[in-house]
Amino acid sequence: MAAVLRFLIAVLLFSSIATASLSQEEEEFSEELLLKPLADRKVLAHFHFESKAPPTRTYGHHHRLFPKALYQLVQKFRIREMELSFTQGRWNYERWGGFDPISSSNAKPPGVELWAVFDVPHDLVDASWKNLTHTLSGLFCASINFLESSTAYSAPDWGFQPFSGSLRYGSLPREAVCTENLTPWLKLLPCRDKAGLATLMDRPSIYRGFYHSQRLRLSSTEFGSTEVESGIALDQTLTVVLQPTTSHRASMTYSSDSVLQPSWSLSSIFGRKVSGRCVLANSSNVYVQVERGLMSELKILHAEDEGSGADNLTFEKTWNNPGFELSIAPNRVIKEVNILHDETSIVLYEYLIDNYSNSEPFDLGFTWKFPVVWSSPQAPLHASRFLMGSGNERGAIAISLKATEPSDGLWFADTIENSCMLRFNVFQVVPWYVRVYFHTLQVFVDGKPQSVTDFIERMRISPSEDKVSPGVMEMALKLPCCVKSVTLTLEFDKGFLHIDEYPPDANQGFDIPSAVISFPDFHASMHFLKDDSLNKSPLLSKFQERSPVLCYTEVLLVPLTTPDFSMPYNVITITCTVFALYFGSLLNVLRRRVGEEERFLKSKDSKKTGRLGQLLSKLFAKLRGKSWEPTQTQSASSSLISSKLIFKVILVAGIAAGWQYYSG
Amino acid sequence: MTAVLIRATGQNLQMAYNQSLKSLGIVRLLERSEMLASGDIAALVYLWNPLTIVTCVGSSTSPIENLVIVLSLYGACRRLVPLAAFGWVIATHLSLYPAILIVPLILILGYGPDSPRRKLFQQRASIKVGENPSTDIHYQQKELASQPMLPLRFSWRLVVHFILWASLWSCYVLLLCGISVRQYGGLGEMFKSTYGFILTVPDLSPNIGVLWYFFAEVFDYFRNFFLIVFHVNILFMILPLAIRLNHRPCFLAFVYIAISSLLKSYPSVGDSALYLGLLGLFVEELADMQFSFFLFCGYVGISFLSPVMHNLWIWRGTGNANFYFATAMAYACFQIILVVESVSAMLNHDRMLRKLSIMKP
Repeated sequence: MAAVLRFLIAVLLFSSIATASLSQEEEEFSEELLLKPLADRKVLAHFHFESKAPPTRTYGHHHRLFPKALYQLVQKFRIREMELSFTQGRWNYERWGGFDPISSSNAKPPGVELWAVFDVPHDLVDASWKNLTHTLSGLFCASINFLESSTAYSAPDWGFQPFSGSLRYGSLPREAVCTENLTPWLKLLPCRDKAGLATLMDRPSIYRGFYHSQRLRLSSTEFGSTEVESGIALDQTLTVVLQPTTSHRASMTYSSDSVLQPSWSLSSIFGRKVSGRCVLANSSNVYVQVERGLMSELKILHAEDEGSGADNLTFEKTWNNPGFELSIAPNRVIKEVNILHDETSIVLYEYLIDNYSNSEPFDLGFTWKFPVVWSSPQAPLHASRFLMGSGNERGAIAISLKATEPSDGLWFADTIENSCMLRFNVFQVVPWYVRVYFHTLQVFVDGKPQSVTDFIERMRISPSEDKVSPGVMEMALKLPCCVKSVTLTLEFDKGFLHIDEYPPDANQGFDIPSAVISFPDFHASMHFLKDDSLNKSPLLSKFQERSPVLCYTEVLLVPLTTPDFSMPYNVITITCTVFALYFGSLLNVLRRRVGEEERFLKSKDSKKTGRLGQLLSKLFAKLRGKSWEPTQTQSASSSLISSKLIFKVILVAGIAAGWQYYSG
Repeated sequence: MTAVLIRATGQNLQMAYNQSLKSLGIVRLLERSEMLASGDIAALVYLWNPLTIVTCVGSSTSPIENLVIVLSLYGACRRLVPLAAFGWVIATHLSLYPAILIVPLILILGYGPDSPRRKLFQQRASIKVGENPSTDIHYQQKELASQPMLPLRFSWRLVVHFILWASLWSCYVLLLCGISVRQYGGLGEMFKSTYGFILTVPDLSPNIGVLWYFFAEVFDYFRNFFLIVFHVNILFMILPLAIRLNHRPCFLAFVYIAISSLLKSYPSVGDSALYLGLLGLFVEELADMQFSFFLFCGYVGISFLSPVMHNLWIWRGTGNANFYFATAMAYACFQIILVVESVSAMLNHDRMLRKLSIMKP
């Protein structure tokens, strides 16, 4: 029996070792860059670095590629998911698109945004969050530690993401993002910015852009919440929108009024070239994405040129067409498969950096040949937020949502099935010093006030508490598709803060973090032909994930009343003086005895002249701290006078000397 | 708005009635012949006070607080112990500061309403007995008839009743509150966010007092110290005033109300309206008060300047916080002068009465 058991154990052990060795994965790192011409003569560059570490249970604690700092962070705070973004500038949803994977997952509100999901019991989540903010602020040289105070973060229930419970969300809209935040971020990459695509990150050129957002996203399955253990995945993305410098050739005008888009190359927008890949990277690719709108415009152009019999497939495969020309032939052309719109689709040109080296650097050029005007896909509603009212006592926040052009057609088709109702969630965090009255919520549909309950499916509100917690509003709204515009207004009172709670430049005003509008029914994702080679590219597999469309509104700048910062001492002393006056005079009135005073006055009157001088000298003597001798009144007064005289003379002399000294 | 106004006027009428009744009680006791109807004056002053009107227009809750305070005073003057206890408990429940009114209430119940010093009566009685003038029998009889009404000794029975009723009412109020706030964290939470809010001054919104700006500017390190100082300032004055003015408990109540409206953490013009109305009750005694014209001008000036400064600072952004704070400071100064001068005038009046009573025989 024992032998059988031992044998069984041995078999079990063996098999477990075998499976472990089978599932033994290597750490992975890949770097990718996506370039995309934008409709308003700008270029989007999207760097994507992905590091993966296999589960600790099978792989152990030592890593070759995965940054140790982040691994320890995940282990210590038991983070299930975390996203940190540093952004400068605002993503222009109208011009740069609001319905593609890049805009819905990489367009972030200005400043710092951090959210994290913890795998700890509910009562420990806040403590983990506080520790995490401190660690991150040390790691990224940013003041993320301000998110520690309970007035700065919130716990959304369902409005931000469909997670429950242990999600914490906080943002610092005023955080200035600069190179000191980028350097620690680059340190997490195995090649830093010494090799590979990251060498393109020339600081002056990427901070010169219109939009700059560096993002770090961690997701781990370390803590057994899911069945499949895939370890820790770290996505680092840097999204920049740059303006290519217009050369003299590009400035010339075609036909009537359309201007040719500026041509660009990697060296002209970044000032650098890629000289080979990071040797540690599994894949190192560059993509050029051509949007659907641009493609259809080009097709029309092509059809005009070649006649109606042009072949779509061959056209889309070409990298040198009447509209633009790529300086290097792509290694591969990937076309999006779109079931609904089979006529035109997004085209990606892929370049493998493996083929380039120091002697032959990769410098892609994109040359426009014909002026093309197109538009980017838009989110169903265009959101903007603004303040109403004047003065520093009260005001109102308005979130205005305008339906984008129905000609887009993309989202329209999706909603026809469910009787065309447009659902969206609004999530808004308001700091406590903006005291929002949630009962004043009003909904204006197409400019007319409507009853709130008609459009709001559900709502969760946690009112703010002074100096304790911010006000959080989560709303799910449902609108018929025919609605052109919706406006939500909320009134608020402005609070008054202690002198220490004002930021250094208090008269500039206070920033209210962006509201998040999400569309749970719409998913920004691309579909490509099923191909194994595609799944190897993390960027493209990210694009294929179904993620709900998100957009952020503007940060609001609320001016608050300021006290006078220069005179705390004056206020304290004046107030205390007044209260001392009150106290003293009241006590004086209470203890005064009029009868005695009258008697005293009478006695003084009776011995008028003789005693008066004596009394005075008595007083002076007391002031001078000498014992009073009634016999020496004359001498005392004379010495008093002489000393007074001497003092006056000395004073005048001193003033004169001082005058001489300072004027001379 | 109109509903609020009607309600407030209703309260005011009731208050006026109370006050006139109360003053009747006082008038009967006073021994001088030419009397102004001070109750009517007080009611009119309260009703026509612009501050009262402003309070009603702003639909503030302070008329309700004022009502319960006056209710308790009225109850005490009329010897309606349950009413007095009810008014006191509710007033304390609403705004905490009327808690110090327990001293004048007990004194009213113990000694009866305002009167000149008791010693005077004793002296007078002894003198009268000694003289025994045959011509003025009628007057003396009247005097003797009124004599039992003012108990020279402290009547403990009423005070004990008052304390019993007060504890009963407060238990009742606490029970009701406990039931209603049970699901929101219980009584502890309620005390923390009502009385704690009053005592720790967390809200720094501008009001007509000076504490908001003081606590907005004071260094955090000293905040607790000054909180204690300002609240102890109210408590500190209770004892000296009570000793000196124990023969005039109604006036004592007026002084307490004025002091607490001066030093309370969130004062409003409603408090001023109350004590200015009560001031009318003592028009006879305070006839020779100093600086009364100066004070009147000051109050008028402040009540015009203060909204202007507030508007300049908050709405137009052209003024500075210090402008508004200066008016608040001046207002505090005028209140201080009013309190001090009225106390001194009252004491002088007593002295004059004593002189007269000594000289008369």
